Amino acid sequence: MSSSASARRADTDEATAAIFAALGDGTRLALVARLSQGSACSISQLAEHSALTRQAITKHLQVLEKAGLVSRRKSGRETLYACQPRPLHDARRYLDVVERQWDQALGRLKTFIER
Amino acid sequence: MTDRIEKQIDINAPVSRVWRALTDHVEFGEWFRVKLDGPFVVGEESTGHMTYPGYEHVQWHAVTRAIEPEHRLAFSWHPYAIEPGVDYSDEEPTLVEFFLEPIESGTRLRVIESGFDRIPAGRRPEALRMNTGGWEAQVKNIKQHVE
Repeated sequence: MSSSASARRADTDEATAAIFAALGDGTRLALVARLSQGSACSISQLAEHSALTRQAITKHLQVLEKAGLVSRRKSGRETLYACQPRPLHDARRYLDVVERQWDQALGRLKTFIER
Repeated sequence: MTDRIEKQIDINAPVSRVWRALTDHVEFGEWFRVKLDGPFVVGEESTGHMTYPGYEHVQWHAVTRAIEPEHRLAFSWHPYAIEPGVDYSDEEPTLVEFFLEPIESGTRLRVIESGFDRIPAGRRPEALRMNTGGWEAQVKNIKQHVE
């Protein structure tokens, strides 16, 4: 295996862990759910239906942005946030790979015992 | 989205037989395809190397967490840590637990691997599970919206 492949794989692991960590919070999960429903939102819009302060929302959005789960763009004086679904697929794919390994291992265990 | 993997398989053999295949390090190695240097001891590191064809260069590192006779075996490790030259020791390990339960036909074995995230346990799995099933639809929504 080449060293670039190894580096890539380490990067992937780190990124995946960041995604799980970012989503491992009810508030952030709710923000992603809200943003994934449709159009990009400003912090004021997100604060409208929330018990959270704008500051708290800003902080959570920063975590999500760092994990690549939301993107940000300027629109006039406002900053609009939007959901980025790709990292979610990446995280799911990672679990799929681990899951397949277990399917195979348990299949071998069953065969080993029942032979 | 969830931070755990849960698998279940029914084996046509008594619990005691399945327990031995899990906890005897030689038998474990047979089906898991790993050559372990020694038996599992709670709190101690288990070392060895994989025997899976094509992955013989991969080291096995795990720490045995629990051995509850004929009920539960647990160890922590780095999942899918198969790349040579990558140091996984800085990453948070996941916990692998085997649960055995007698059923009419023999034994029901459950495997749970948990901890695919890095923040304190407790509210996390519930928080993540909240949206299970909803994600695909939501992702489709945003995709349609963006494209």
